[in-house]
Amino acid sequence: MIAPAEPSVEAEPMLKVREILDRHDHRASRLVPILQAVQESYRYLPAEVLTYVAQELDVPAARVFGVATFYAHFAIVPKGKHVIRLCDGTACHVKASMPILDAIRSRLGLSEQQATTPDMLFTVETVACLGACGLAPVVVVDEAVHGQMTPEGAVELVERLMAQEAST
Amino acid sequence: MKTTVTANTIQIDGRAVPVNGERNLLELIRKSGIELPTFCYHSDLSVYGACRLCLVDIQGRGIQGACSTPAEAGLVVRTQTEELRDIRRIAVELLLANHDQQCPTCPKSASCRLQGIARQLGIRHVRFRPVHAPEPLDESSVSLVRDPNKCVLCGDCVRFCGEIQGIGAIDFAYRGHEAAVLPAFGKGLGEGECVNCGQCAALCPTGALSPRPETNDVWRALHDATKTVVVQVAPAVRVALGEAFGMMPGTDTSGRLVAALKRLGAARVYDTAFSADLTVLEETHEFLERKASGERLPLFTSCCPAWVKFAEQFAPDLLPNLSTCKSPQQMLGALCKDTLPAELGLAREQVVMVSVMPCTAKKFEAKRPEFKVGGNPDVDHVITTQELAHMIEEAGLQFDELEPESFDLPMGFKTGAGVIFGNSGGVSEAVLRHASEVVAGHPVPVSELCMTRGEEGMRFASVEIGDVVLKLAVVYGLRQARTLVNRIRNGELAVDLVEVMACPGGCVGGAGQPVTADGQARRQRTRSLYEVDKRLDLHKSQDNHYVRESYRRHLGDIGGPRAHQVLHTHYASRRCASEGCAAHATCPQVALRSEEPAI
Amino acid sequence: MSTAGDDGAADGAGGMPAGRRVVVCAGTGCVAGGATAVYAEFLAAIRAAGLPVVTEFRAEQEPGHTRLSKSGCQGFCQMGPLVTILPDGLLYTRVQVADVAEIVSRTLAQGESVERLLYAEPGTRRRCHGAGDIPFYQLQQRHVLSACGTIDPESIQEYVHHGGYEAARKAHRELAPDAICKEILRSGLRGRGGGGFPTGRKWEAARVQPGDVKYVICNADEGDPGAFMNRSVMEGNPHSILEGLMIAARAIGARETLIYVRAEYPLAVQRMRRAVADAEAMGFLGADVFGTGQSLRCDVMEGAGAFVCGEETAMIASIEGQRGMPRPKPPFPAQSGLWGKPTVINNVETLAHVVRILREGADVFRALGTAASPGTKTFALTGHVANTGLVEVPFGATLRQIVMDIGGGITDRRGRVRADGFKAVQIGGPSGGCLTREHLDLPLDYDSLRGAGAMVGSGGLVAMNTQTCMVSIARFFMDFTQRESCGKCVLCREGTRQMLALLDDIIEGRATGETLELLERLGHAVQKGSLCGLGKTAPNPVLSTLKHFRAEYDAHVFHKHCPTGQCKALAKPSIDPALCKGCTACVKACPVGAIVGARKQTHSINPELCIKCGACGTACKLGAVVGI
Repeated sequence: MIAPAEPSVEAEPMLKVREILDRHDHRASRLVPILQAVQESYRYLPAEVLTYVAQELDVPAARVFGVATFYAHFAIVPKGKHVIRLCDGTACHVKASMPILDAIRSRLGLSEQQATTPDMLFTVETVACLGACGLAPVVVVDEAVHGQMTPEGAVELVERLMAQEAST
Repeated sequence: MKTTVTANTIQIDGRAVPVNGERNLLELIRKSGIELPTFCYHSDLSVYGACRLCLVDIQGRGIQGACSTPAEAGLVVRTQTEELRDIRRIAVELLLANHDQQCPTCPKSASCRLQGIARQLGIRHVRFRPVHAPEPLDESSVSLVRDPNKCVLCGDCVRFCGEIQGIGAIDFAYRGHEAAVLPAFGKGLGEGECVNCGQCAALCPTGALSPRPETNDVWRALHDATKTVVVQVAPAVRVALGEAFGMMPGTDTSGRLVAALKRLGAARVYDTAFSADLTVLEETHEFLERKASGERLPLFTSCCPAWVKFAEQFAPDLLPNLSTCKSPQQMLGALCKDTLPAELGLAREQVVMVSVMPCTAKKFEAKRPEFKVGGNPDVDHVITTQELAHMIEEAGLQFDELEPESFDLPMGFKTGAGVIFGNSGGVSEAVLRHASEVVAGHPVPVSELCMTRGEEGMRFASVEIGDVVLKLAVVYGLRQARTLVNRIRNGELAVDLVEVMACPGGCVGGAGQPVTADGQARRQRTRSLYEVDKRLDLHKSQDNHYVRESYRRHLGDIGGPRAHQVLHTHYASRRCASEGCAAHATCPQVALRSEEPAI
Repeated sequence: MSTAGDDGAADGAGGMPAGRRVVVCAGTGCVAGGATAVYAEFLAAIRAAGLPVVTEFRAEQEPGHTRLSKSGCQGFCQMGPLVTILPDGLLYTRVQVADVAEIVSRTLAQGESVERLLYAEPGTRRRCHGAGDIPFYQLQQRHVLSACGTIDPESIQEYVHHGGYEAARKAHRELAPDAICKEILRSGLRGRGGGGFPTGRKWEAARVQPGDVKYVICNADEGDPGAFMNRSVMEGNPHSILEGLMIAARAIGARETLIYVRAEYPLAVQRMRRAVADAEAMGFLGADVFGTGQSLRCDVMEGAGAFVCGEETAMIASIEGQRGMPRPKPPFPAQSGLWGKPTVINNVETLAHVVRILREGADVFRALGTAASPGTKTFALTGHVANTGLVEVPFGATLRQIVMDIGGGITDRRGRVRADGFKAVQIGGPSGGCLTREHLDLPLDYDSLRGAGAMVGSGGLVAMNTQTCMVSIARFFMDFTQRESCGKCVLCREGTRQMLALLDDIIEGRATGETLELLERLGHAVQKGSLCGLGKTAPNPVLSTLKHFRAEYDAHVFHKHCPTGQCKALAKPSIDPALCKGCTACVKACPVGAIVGARKQTHSINPELCIKCGACGTACKLGAVVGI
């Protein structure tokens, strides 16, 4: 079975991970930055990589899993190709960020429980605050910050991406 | 309120209490006779401060956790105020709101601390509603059952597994109200690095972790007319079972225990101490052989199945050093299944071997594939001391009124050496009692060979017999074992024999034993086993004539080919990093990989 | 480069001072608005106009040359992208790529201002020339923020040129550790991260600890939603933080320091890393600090998304590679912190103040602020105010000065300033509390705020207009803290979750009087009994709104009515027959066909069918739909 758009684990097992571990001197205290680097590489934290990391750092796998699930930035399931993050910090919230989230989710058929579209193209998530409060409400699409957003504007952003995906 | 505080005291609820090196305020308060409730405080583990039940009001500092406050002279402390009462009750109600309250059917029913504290605080009504969806039980382990719906997240299990056992098979995962105690990747307890010692279950204040019961299987076999149930009882069981019936810890209940098993329907009741004697003969032989050749030293004992799995996972390089002897449980199982069917005119499957163990890892050991012949295990079912107590209770037997009976012969006969196997240091001592005689060529008084006894988690002894010096190390707690292993690997330490037990104090402190609040009961059991040794006629395994008889009739020479076939085993690394690993097929890490999505 | 252009510029300026400078704000807000493209366009346009331009800092700028640089956040994010022209002092707002050519040709070449890009005061529409006459800036006293927005944050040379690293050099070469601690203690500086603990005492506690391995950590894990002061300083003036950190290290005898930055701030991370590398290259950091022969290292670590890591012991756990779960104190980090060694953790802003105290003396620092809370404090002013942005005022300033004068007043749903629009401010983020109209003239400092049931916190200040439902706001914060609870202690883990459930009951119409009582009791238990600061302060938004807006809670509970109409479950939408003209706009908008009524006849809503989505209210141009 071919899973489309699945982030692939490379043929040479754990080559990238070994490089990351080397960079951090295989120090267990560097677990958080190591996981950040792994996530940057794989776009999530695959269980087999975490198992390998645990073994190499001589740390129990359960602890690595515990750290990976503690921090909001770490994902233990793959994310979509495009990550849409809606800021729900106080400033954005009081400037009506929730209707924007509802609009984006409904356009993509997503919910609080289901954050990623089945075709693995889009993940929608909220973040506590991006520190761009002056621009509230804020939506970040693949690292690009869009300020003073409206539900309509956000849907437009999403549709632009959808069109772009459809044409490729 | 006017208070007077003298130099070296703390004022607790208006009374001056002398400070005497207590580790923290909580210990002092408890010593003063006030039993503040806690879930997460355990004197052998690090201070965690999560349950918030030991809160006290300290003058000038406000409300603080007593467990994390040093017992500094001069403090003025109140343990009961309206505010504290409110906070404690709310904390317990919060836990109860999401707790699966099927109490009557819970394995911890009547011994649950949550139940106890709720009763202590007089909670009659929970004002909060459940906000968590029920989670499925984890029944993947053959030794333990994990019920996430009963977890109060006190973390005692996590800290024991990490701090004392050095394993970390379970840890906290996720956060906030989604926080949970989980094995790696949320998999089952049976699929990871858990060595089944079960101490987590012994510590668990609720029914979130409990030994996996096998009493139903045992009942079924007892009730099956086509089956003959043969029971073996481990040494540590006899000095702890009484606690379940209100007797003093350490009471030797051997006679009543046998009587109870007979009443329940056991055809034979044998003593695991018999096969411990057998183990001593085999292991001493192995040890002296290695000592003579200088190969594969130090010899590590292999009676403790938690340690064996630990070594397979974390010290595969040392597996050749493990004694190839089966544990006493498996030796007796193998011997029974080897001899009894013919003797009784039954098929192997008709003989059901049940062992009563102080241990949860023995359940796992009995199910290892290498201990099966034609698919039939040498030991069919393993129940813990507590499970036996439940069976006695279920049968309605008045334990204290039973007329004592004796173990059946021949495999109920033992020497004191076999009995002290239940104590940390006991295996070493038993081996010494035999080895000294072999080396010296004449008997050495038993009283000269007590150097491996003690309470410390890591102990060393050295014995000079003639011109031979035997160096021994005794350790309990697997983190200590790991430390020891590392020191041996680094060449910092040269010893000949290493005895490893996973549980505190050895098998007497096993997780299948009645749960005790502190180490007192355990130490009493230890003393009691040494007393039993004293009372017995024989103290050295080599003097067990029934064991000698077994060699003559079934096993051939000590350490010979037939003995090897029945009494010895082999080990395999559980690390998939090692090339050509024999355990690859059963390796949890490999299993984990194969479940990854297709690439 | 053409020299003819030089002459042209000089001529065209008509006696304007030589060496003009164009500063494009490159803070997160302005970058989001397109500042990067604006900067590139400037570079191209200035060159195209034949003007000589430099982009690096030079101590002596050649006459007639234009220096083009980026700055950190200037704090007026809402009006970004911002472009400042120096020395003219012109501030152009909302500058787009298309505006650049005009700025170059008129301002740079001819010295004229482009009127339409100048800031217009909301009420009067008066065009403000620059920071000097914009009330937003005018009424502030910027010290920590002073250099943000002018100097190039990526140029250590420029920082040094303005006296940077002199204080650190003095600390390392001339001052004894105890003298530094004394000076900081004398300044009365209190931790800007929230609690307000005296910095000097913290340092002294760590200094007197035995042993030669100690650590200083800069807490830049600004997790409070609605606050971005630390981000701005890191982006705008990273060297000031590093210098403060170096002083702290000297004061307690640490050889290793670490800056723990919130990962949501990639630009801040990048700027801090650059600053550390540049300082190492200059020999300020590294094996031989200022030629003293002593070593000092600095590491920059990114957080991974956990608000609780702002708590000291949780941050230490996170640095050690663990889950960021706080542990009980004592021992305090100053006694036993990172790897069990004495550790000082200071907030970004605290460290920035340290530099100024050593540079100008404790007395100068104490000259501002109040006796118990000396100095200035930055606030992130957001929410329903005309001017959102970064504000620095002395302690003792009133809420009215900040919200009404600097913030330009409260805006309504449509962004118009309303004189009577003020309802409340939430100060200190999810750990803080709500202040009301009666607190408008309260001088703000650590102690007065605590007295009012709020706290300075990190300095988030969210203004709310009368259309805001306070129960809903309390719920918002509770939802945040219960998600950010580490899950360790019972009261915080389960308590915050249950508080949220009780608030849901209130908002969704299931509550009774008992709900309110239980909410309050639970709040007090969580506040008093939780293990760490997160739990202890988590109930503040609820308890303070319960105190100041009890009537609003009562309306929800006893009358099943949300006075602001924000709580949809309680909404009872109806159509005001006096206003309805029967246009059928609402009928068409209703997704469930709950509105009936023919054209030109008064419509009505069938409550059985209505799902309270509010579509009718949006559709009605006459405001005839009420109660939602």
